[in-house]
Amino acid sequence: MTLNRRDFLKVSGAGAAITLTGCSSQSSSKPAAKGKPHVVVVGAGFGGATCAKYIRHWGPNIDVTLIEPNDKFVSCPLSNWVLAGIKDMNFITRGYDNLPKHGIKMVKDYVTGIDTDKRVVKTKGGASISYDRLVLAPGVEILTNTVKGYDAAEAAGKVVHAWKAGPQTVQLRKQLEAMPDGGVFVMSVPTAPYRCPPGPYERACLVAQYFKLAKPKSKIILLDGNADIASKKALFTWAWNTFYPGMIDYRPNNAPFAVDGNAMTVSTEFDQVKGDVLNVVPKQRAGEVCELAGVRNDSNKAWCTVNFATFESTTVPNVHILGDSVLSNLPKSGHMATNHAKVAAAAIVELLAGRQPDPMPVVANTCYSATSDSTAGFVGDVFRLDPEKGYVKQAGGGATSQGAEINFTYAESWAENIWADMLS
Amino acid sequence: MYNKKTTLALAGFVGLALSGIAGAADMHTQVIAATCMSCHGPGGNSVGAAPGIAGISQDRFVKAMQDYKTGKRPGTVMLKLAGGYTDAEIEAMGAYFATLK
Repeated sequence: MTLNRRDFLKVSGAGAAITLTGCSSQSSSKPAAKGKPHVVVVGAGFGGATCAKYIRHWGPNIDVTLIEPNDKFVSCPLSNWVLAGIKDMNFITRGYDNLPKHGIKMVKDYVTGIDTDKRVVKTKGGASISYDRLVLAPGVEILTNTVKGYDAAEAAGKVVHAWKAGPQTVQLRKQLEAMPDGGVFVMSVPTAPYRCPPGPYERACLVAQYFKLAKPKSKIILLDGNADIASKKALFTWAWNTFYPGMIDYRPNNAPFAVDGNAMTVSTEFDQVKGDVLNVVPKQRAGEVCELAGVRNDSNKAWCTVNFATFESTTVPNVHILGDSVLSNLPKSGHMATNHAKVAAAAIVELLAGRQPDPMPVVANTCYSATSDSTAGFVGDVFRLDPEKGYVKQAGGGATSQGAEINFTYAESWAENIWADMLS
Repeated sequence: MYNKKTTLALAGFVGLALSGIAGAADMHTQVIAATCMSCHGPGGNSVGAAPGIAGISQDRFVKAMQDYKTGKRPGTVMLKLAGGYTDAEIEAMGAYFATLK
């Protein structure tokens, strides 16, 4: 004899009553009495695709619609490998073809409006989609207008951020290939918080790796808006000294405020530097769609504050936010976004069934950074939610201080597995 | 209507089912296990160089994790991660991965 949970609730009145007494959700959502509950997920990146898939896995009675404007997923992690010529765009580009097999309804469209009172999402294509719970996983909005002259220089093809993998990744690779030997690559790091804290320093390593092989007289000027290397400092210092001595001119406390695409200059408070290729990465905030839902609610109206057991907005009920848009001490990494997604998916399944979500979930960050075309380092940390203190980093974690070949192999394996976990 | 025999059977089931229905305990393990899959592949079946962990015995899983915790077993990122989990979580994850194929 087998009983599923629903049968069990029907036949064991007393037991069910006891079980449910402890299950008062802080949220307004009730179990859907009639019809299937519907979750709408906006954005099919690391966070959104993972969340959609795991909601269907843990809550097969829940309908899931995933709204994404792009045809394919292009991974930011490993896009620096493309800049160095280690991998090509095909490798970091993956299709959404398998998601419908999990019962996810894919909608290729842009979200143009969100009514959080009526719980309706409106799209550019004219659709109105109702939800019981909404998940926003839009990544970051890159604030190009915070750097004077950026928009014009970008439109003229003279500066890119390439901080969203895609056409700008291709453009930057072409510019690096076209740059003469002895040229100068100017890159900037935004002031934290920003997407992928080690990403800029990994990019410096891999562009230097490419220069070393293809145009060894070239140099990199790295203008950092932060006071110091913001992530994996020991690892990157080791890599720059070991593999690329004299190639990387690192200048902390140097946030660009202006770009001139005609003169090919970048201006900071202290410097004006001229480059052959300009890769200025402006500061960021939660993705645009968060504004539509009114969930950019931190003190700067830049990021989203959430209940960390559910990733539900602290101010707008039934709206969950995942990934880089969230304000937290968790690193803004693709890996972390998939962890947000799994905690949120489980919580949403529990809430829609009238049960209480796990109040103390445990998540982990694993993040590899390549230090050359055959070595990489990593950081690994486990975080445990303390209801009073938020996610607390557990003892024993941390970063490697040198690169190793085995970790380069595992970095590629990480990518293949996390893409498969999201999309296969 | 249920006869006495059915009631007893159900009562037994209630005891078993509560561990599963309580949500928190059960989902706590499943969510942690899901976070392992980012590196070890969907359902614990790796498509890369990292080892798959689906279907390995609970004993083997627990020993590996405990040996990573103490540093007895050589490794890479697992040496940084294993110490973040409680013994009970490691036991529960091991039991869960043993059921996967």
